[in-house]
Amino acid sequence: MSKKTVIEVNNVSMEFNLSEEKTDNLKEYVIKLLKREIHFQSFWALNNVSLKIYQGEKVGFVGLNGAGKSTLLKIISGVLKPTKGSVKVDGSIAPLLALGAGFDMDYTGRENIYLNGATLGYSRAEMDKKYEGIVEFSELEDFIDVPVKNYSSGMRSRLGFSIATSVSPDILILDEVLSVGDLSFQTKCQERMRTVMSEASMLFVSHSVSQVRKLCDKAIWLHKGSIIASGEVNEICDQYEAYVKNL
Amino acid sequence: MAEIQIKGLNDFSRYKSLLSELVRKDIKKKYRRSVLGVLWSFLDPLLRMIVLTIVFSALFHRVHNYPVYYLSGQLTLSLFTGGSTQAMQSLVSSSGIWKSIYVPKYLYALSSVLSNFVTYALSLIVLFAIMLVTNSEFTVFIIFASLPILILLVMTLGVGLILGTLNVFFRDIEHLYSVFCLMLLYALPIFYPADILPEQFKFIQTYNPLFYIISCVRDCFYYGKLYSLNDIIIPTIAAIILLGIGIFLLKRYQDKFILYV
Repeated sequence: MSKKTVIEVNNVSMEFNLSEEKTDNLKEYVIKLLKREIHFQSFWALNNVSLKIYQGEKVGFVGLNGAGKSTLLKIISGVLKPTKGSVKVDGSIAPLLALGAGFDMDYTGRENIYLNGATLGYSRAEMDKKYEGIVEFSELEDFIDVPVKNYSSGMRSRLGFSIATSVSPDILILDEVLSVGDLSFQTKCQERMRTVMSEASMLFVSHSVSQVRKLCDKAIWLHKGSIIASGEVNEICDQYEAYVKNL
Repeated sequence: MAEIQIKGLNDFSRYKSLLSELVRKDIKKKYRRSVLGVLWSFLDPLLRMIVLTIVFSALFHRVHNYPVYYLSGQLTLSLFTGGSTQAMQSLVSSSGIWKSIYVPKYLYALSSVLSNFVTYALSLIVLFAIMLVTNSEFTVFIIFASLPILILLVMTLGVGLILGTLNVFFRDIEHLYSVFCLMLLYALPIFYPADILPEQFKFIQTYNPLFYIISCVRDCFYYGKLYSLNDIIIPTIAAIILLGIGIFLLKRYQDKFILYV
């Protein structure tokens, strides 16, 4: 069975302005404009990155800090617009880019399930059907009516992961969000990825190479904004670990 | 040349439920953990009205039924200032979400305006109650107030989008705007009759589209007559222009938001 391409990234480059003189208020801006102090210091976080991800593939991204992993995931999820290049995504995305993103801190867990569901494009009625499953998987039955601001980071990531995987997206994007859960929850997540999410594609960023090995079947190694290597997960992870050791 | 194609992302129907969730959230949070809850919507205009009536009804004694005169203007202005201020702030305060999930940013501004409209609709109950108490006449023209209010909503959204976009880049817009809103309160005939302004300062009123909106609303609630065509066309044009500018600015700069928040 030939798998269809769900994500196609073509020659994507991303430029940031690193200027330290960046202002966020009018007063400073006018003063700096008058003193001619507005500079532009360019930094390319991604250089000509191209990749294809097929349906059902679990892809891990490895690389040092600042390699452009998170930037790439943000571009794929449509949050960040690339300076150059194009991205084609065919399917629904559930991004978990940051802990508790999309949660309202004053809202209870229950209310956040509906809010987060709506953010991902699901109506109240649809979320009603998934509600029980979400609560059960997140193991938050006792805390579901507590405002999320009182949750621990582990509880937030459990709730976020439960919601994101319950809406059965075609593509799941996880950026460093599983590392805070305890071991038993991490095992549960892996189990869920293998069963419920087996048809979905996953993009996974983690600094824990062992987690990448466990969860993914393919890996991409990014370095300073470019893809150095991509291929079978253990092969790439071995290469990456050898490189990190020799630093 | 940069482009992102994500299936169905620009489909409004996909975000209808998000819009209603956001309006619900605004209203819920506004009244959460306040003992008086929704009563605040009634109490706030009521208390202001009582104070201002005591102070000003003697000064402007030729304004008959001062409470209804004041409330019809004040509630309408509050809808504008409250809605546009919240819409302006919403683009920054929702950053936690649009930094991690793609959602059309105008939704946050739109939901702020709509939730302020709900508050406005609730506070109209106070106006009706005061009209009853003061033996005002309920005319059929009250229904016609919905048109100027609709135009006001469009205008509020437009101003909210313009300021919201600017606010992402220049965070002090918020402070400037709160001063501006206070100036609006004094520049508009809210608690004083419109004709006390000397001829050379009339431009403060004639160049302010809100002045016409307030006149229209007052015609319906207070004078019990239909507004003139002139009074409704001027703010309509202003509202369309403002919304146009707002949409243009947001479209043009929204991709840069993430780099500044």
